[in-house]
Amino acid sequence: MEQFAQQLLNGLFLGSIYALIALGYTMVYGVLRFINFAHGDVFMLGAFSGLYLNRWLGPSLASLHWSISLTIILVLSMLICAALGILIEFLAYRPLRNRPRLNVLITAIGVSLLIEYTGQHPAVFGATQQPFPALIPANNISLTGNLAVTNTQMIVFVTVVLLLVALRYIVMKTRMGLAMRALSLNPTASALMGVNNSVVISFTFGLGSALAAAGGILYASLYPSVEPFMGIMPGLKAFIAAVLGGIGNIPGAALGGLIIGVTETLVGGYSSVVGLPTGYKDGVAFVILILILLFKPSGLLGKTEREKV
Amino acid sequence: MLDVRNLEVAYGSIRALHGVSLHVPEKSIVTLIGANGAGKSSTLRALSGLIKTKAGTVTYEGNEITNQAPHRIVARGLCHVPEGRMIFPNLTIEENLRMGAFLRRDAKGIAADMDYVFTIFPRLLERRKQLAGTLSGGEQQMLAISRALMGKPKFLMLDEPSLGIAPLLVKAIFQKIVEINRTQGLTILLVEQNANLALEVSSYGYVLETGKVILEGPSADLRANPQVQAAYLGI
Ligand SMILES: Nc1ncnc2c1ncn2[C@@H]1O[C@H](COP(=O)(O)OP(=O)(O)OP(=O)(O)O)[C@@H](O)[C@H]1O
Ligand SMILES: [Mg+2]
Repeated sequence: MEQFAQQLLNGLFLGSIYALIALGYTMVYGVLRFINFAHGDVFMLGAFSGLYLNRWLGPSLASLHWSISLTIILVLSMLICAALGILIEFLAYRPLRNRPRLNVLITAIGVSLLIEYTGQHPAVFGATQQPFPALIPANNISLTGNLAVTNTQMIVFVTVVLLLVALRYIVMKTRMGLAMRALSLNPTASALMGVNNSVVISFTFGLGSALAAAGGILYASLYPSVEPFMGIMPGLKAFIAAVLGGIGNIPGAALGGLIIGVTETLVGGYSSVVGLPTGYKDGVAFVILILILLFKPSGLLGKTEREKV
Repeated sequence: MLDVRNLEVAYGSIRALHGVSLHVPEKSIVTLIGANGAGKSSTLRALSGLIKTKAGTVTYEGNEITNQAPHRIVARGLCHVPEGRMIFPNLTIEENLRMGAFLRRDAKGIAADMDYVFTIFPRLLERRKQLAGTLSGGEQQMLAISRALMGKPKFLMLDEPSLGIAPLLVKAIFQKIVEINRTQGLTILLVEQNANLALEVSSYGYVLETGKVILEGPSADLRANPQVQAAYLGI
C-alpha cells in the first residue's frame, strides 16, 4: 500500500511536468487548429537554456539564495523560449497560414528535426549527454509514514502549480486571454471584434513555449541529464496528454498530463510483478492514445461545439 | 459616409460581385436586398475586410479603406454583424459583450454601454453569466447586435438579422434597430431577405442580382415598383 502511494506521488510529479508541456500543444491547437510537433524541442531548448544560463550566470548568482537564482534562471529561460516560439511561428508557420493544414503539420515535423539535429552539432550543444546542474539543493523530506519526497520533487510541484495558477489568470481574466478564447472559438468573429489575430497567435506561441521551457528545466532537475533529443519522448507523451484531456481544452491538458504521468509511473513500478521489463512504461501513453482515439476521440473534457444557426 | 465604387469580388474562379457601387449617407438606414446567392453577404464581407476585393474602392469618411485588415476597419468604427451571427458559444453573454468592446479601454464607458444594451434586450441581462451557445436563435441574434453596439460603432452592417427568428421577434428587433439609429445617430447598412420589412425601415435601397445592382432608389419607390413587388415582396 505504501509502495503504491509512493508510486502515485512520483507519478504526480512527473505528470505535472507533462501537464505543463501539454498546455502548449492544446493552446496552439486552440488558436491554429494544428499540432506543433516542434513543441517538444522547445522543451529541450528550455532545459539547455537553464544549463547555459547557470554556467554563465552561476558565478554572479552564487551569493544569492538558491530559490532566487532558480527563479532568475527559470524566468530568463522562459523568456528566451517564448521568443524562440514566436520566431518559429513567424518564420515557419505564418507563411502557411491559409494553406491546407497538412502542409503546416509536415513543416512542424521539419522544424522539429531541424532543431534536434542542429542541436547535435558539436558547435551547438553536441550529441553527448550533459549533466544538468542541481539548481535545487537535494535533500529528502519524509512525509507521514515511509513516504519520501525529495526537495526537488516538492519544488517542481510547487512551481508547476504556481505556473498553472498564473496561466489560468491570463486565460480567464485578461484581455489577451479573452481574445485567445474568442479566436479559438471563431477567428472570423474575433477579427470582426477588432482582434489582430496574428498578435494573439504570437502571444499563444510565446505563452506555450514559456511553459515548455519551465517544463524542460523542471524535468532536467528531476532527471539531471540533457541532450538534444530529450524532448521527443516527453513531447509525445504530453501531446497524448493533450489529446486525452480533449485537444484545445486547457484544464483537460493538465488533467491528461497528470493521468499519463501517474499511469506510466505505476506501470513502471509494477511491471516486474507481471514479468515485464520496466521499459514498457514508455508504451503506456501510446496504449492510452489508441484507447482514447477508439472510444472517446474528443477526449475526457473535450466538448463537441455546437452553434445554432 | 460610405462610398463603394465598382466593387468586384471572386472566390477562386467564381465571380460573386461584378462591380457593385453603393452610397450610404451618414445617420441613414440603407438596405441591400436580393435573392439567395445575389452577393449581399459578399458585399459586406468585402467592406469589413474579411475578403479581398479584385477591383473597386471603398471610401469611408473620406479615407480609402479598400482591402485593409478587418481589425483596422473595425477600429475606424465600421462594425459587421455577420451572417449566422458568429457569437462565441463557449463564452458567457457578458464575455461576448466584452469582446465587442475589445478595442475600448474606457472601463466606465464599457459598463455604461453594457447597461444600455441590457435595457434594449433585457433577456440578455437575466442570462449574463450563461454560455452564449445555450441561447435560442433569436436571443443569439440579440446578442450579436448587442455585441456590435458594445464597440460604439459609427457604421453598422447587419447581415440578415431576421434569419430563423419568429415574425413577432423580428418586428421587435427591427424596432430596436430603428430606435438605435434614431437615438444614437448610428448609420446602418442592412442586408435582408425579408424585403418588406427592410424597405419599411430604410430610407434608400439597392436591389442586387447575380453580383450586380439592378435597381436602386428611395425605399418607398422600390416598394411601389411592380418589378420589386413581383420578385421580392410577394405581391
Ligand atoms: N466561400 C465561398 N466560396 C465560393 N463561393 C462562394 C463563397 N461564398 C459565397 N460564394 C458564392 O458567391 C455568390 C454570392 O454569395 P453571397 O453569400 O454573397 O450571397 P447572398 O446574397 O448573401 O445570399 P444569401 O441570401 O443566400 O445569404 C454565391 O454564388 C455563392 O455561391
Ligand atoms: Mg448572405
